[in-house]
Amino acid sequence: MTYLHNIGAYFLMIVEMFRKPTKWSVMKQLILKDIDDLIIGSLGIVAFIAFFVGGVVTIQTALNIDNPLIPKYLVGFATRQSIILEFAPTFISIVMAGKVGSFITSSIGTMRVTEQIDALEVMGINSLNYLVFPKFISLMLYPFVISIAMFLGILGGMAACVYGGFSSLDDYIVGIQMDFIPFHITYAFIKTFAFAFILATIPSFHGYYMKGGALEVGKASTTAFVWTSVVIILLNYLLTQMLLSA
Amino acid sequence: MIEVKDLQKSFGEAHILKGITTTFEKGKTNLIIGQSGSGKTVFLKCLLGLFDYEEGSIAYDGHIFSKLTEDEKRNMRAKIGMVFQGSALFDSMTIAENVMFPLQMFTKQSKSEMQDRVDFVLKRVNLPDAHNKMPSEASGGMQKRVAIARAIVNKPRYLFCDEPNSGLDPKTAIVIDNLIKEITEEYQITTVINSHDMNSVMEIGEKIVFLKDGLKAWEGSKETIFRTDNEVVTDFVYSSNLFKKVRKMYLEENS
Repeated sequence: MTYLHNIGAYFLMIVEMFRKPTKWSVMKQLILKDIDDLIIGSLGIVAFIAFFVGGVVTIQTALNIDNPLIPKYLVGFATRQSIILEFAPTFISIVMAGKVGSFITSSIGTMRVTEQIDALEVMGINSLNYLVFPKFISLMLYPFVISIAMFLGILGGMAACVYGGFSSLDDYIVGIQMDFIPFHITYAFIKTFAFAFILATIPSFHGYYMKGGALEVGKASTTAFVWTSVVIILLNYLLTQMLLSA
Repeated sequence: MIEVKDLQKSFGEAHILKGITTTFEKGKTNLIIGQSGSGKTVFLKCLLGLFDYEEGSIAYDGHIFSKLTEDEKRNMRAKIGMVFQGSALFDSMTIAENVMFPLQMFTKQSKSEMQDRVDFVLKRVNLPDAHNKMPSEASGGMQKRVAIARAIVNKPRYLFCDEPNSGLDPKTAIVIDNLIKEITEEYQITTVINSHDMNSVMEIGEKIVFLKDGLKAWEGSKETIFRTDNEVVTDFVYSSNLFKKVRKMYLEENS
């Protein structure tokens, strides 16, 4: 029953988020601040993870191809497919659920504990629109982060491949261009938009409706990370089934 | 003026407010007092529209809040100022930005007009140089004064304060009490204060509503509270020897 209640409350929160909009002059500042916190602030860690995991994907692929009949350019091909289809959109989103999700939950949760949300409500401000809507809009730039992750993942793979001596630069470049299907990029960005929505709303839900004190803020952040990850994985499965296996 | 009629509020099986009827007068400091768990905070949150209630009505200058449309409720809330127990300042904003916030949200004033108004109210609460400080850099007393400045910056008709003296030393507490009283009289606001502090009761209690177990057990003023023989009130208000002596002296002087 609690799960059903929470699912209902989550959808009601989303509806409420779009009602009674905050003044644009104020909202604009909130959106810019959230772009800085959630998007720009995540670029460093995303770039670092993408580059090195791209390298690891390449090394693992190269080491598992032990048949001399398999061409070396398949290393580049496998790296590109892994990074574009799954690693960049899904794996990075799980990382973002930890980084951005816990930030959103703890910042909104702390506002709840210190009565700042009550202060907004008393003033007649739609606190959900004021707090969650700017995060939702800022995270619509999330595909930009994923594009960088894709680029750096493939670049990391190339560095590992060439400097590790697994194949030549030419082979790698042939591999990453081979049998390229543009729809795979579309598929990755559709997933990314869906994950961005989840990243903005589930952590906000857990922060906004939390009860208690500082300890509960920590617990809410953990719960938000778990549920954001679970929903991202399930949604990834459903979208892959719908978009690629049709 | 705020008129409350037969207000009832429950949380599940727990019946918290059991039918409170009272009025809070304009230009006066109205205090709600009572023991912890008596329903004071729930009552205040019902008055603020943060909690819905099952029975009864709350009328702000004749307008019954529950019968207003969403837009009317929003306009009504813009006329309400609130000082929270923990000040509830927005910690991502400077003190000046906190005070300016209601003006940005609800007025079409230019930046310089808003700045002038912020300067004026910060001076009014004796914080003329605190504009650029963050709330975390301010003491408890300063935070309370900033909260008062934010509450009055948009010229509210109603001011609510939830235990404005909690966590403050006695001297600062009196400064805050007197500030609230002066502002109430100066701007002819209807002020409702939720308090545990008996000093506040004696200093600024122009109207006092005493709650016990979700019911109004007594109402009066700082003058009549000395003379009441209501045992429930005297047990609570004169629980300390100091206040017993003060009451005795008052009654002897005024007999």
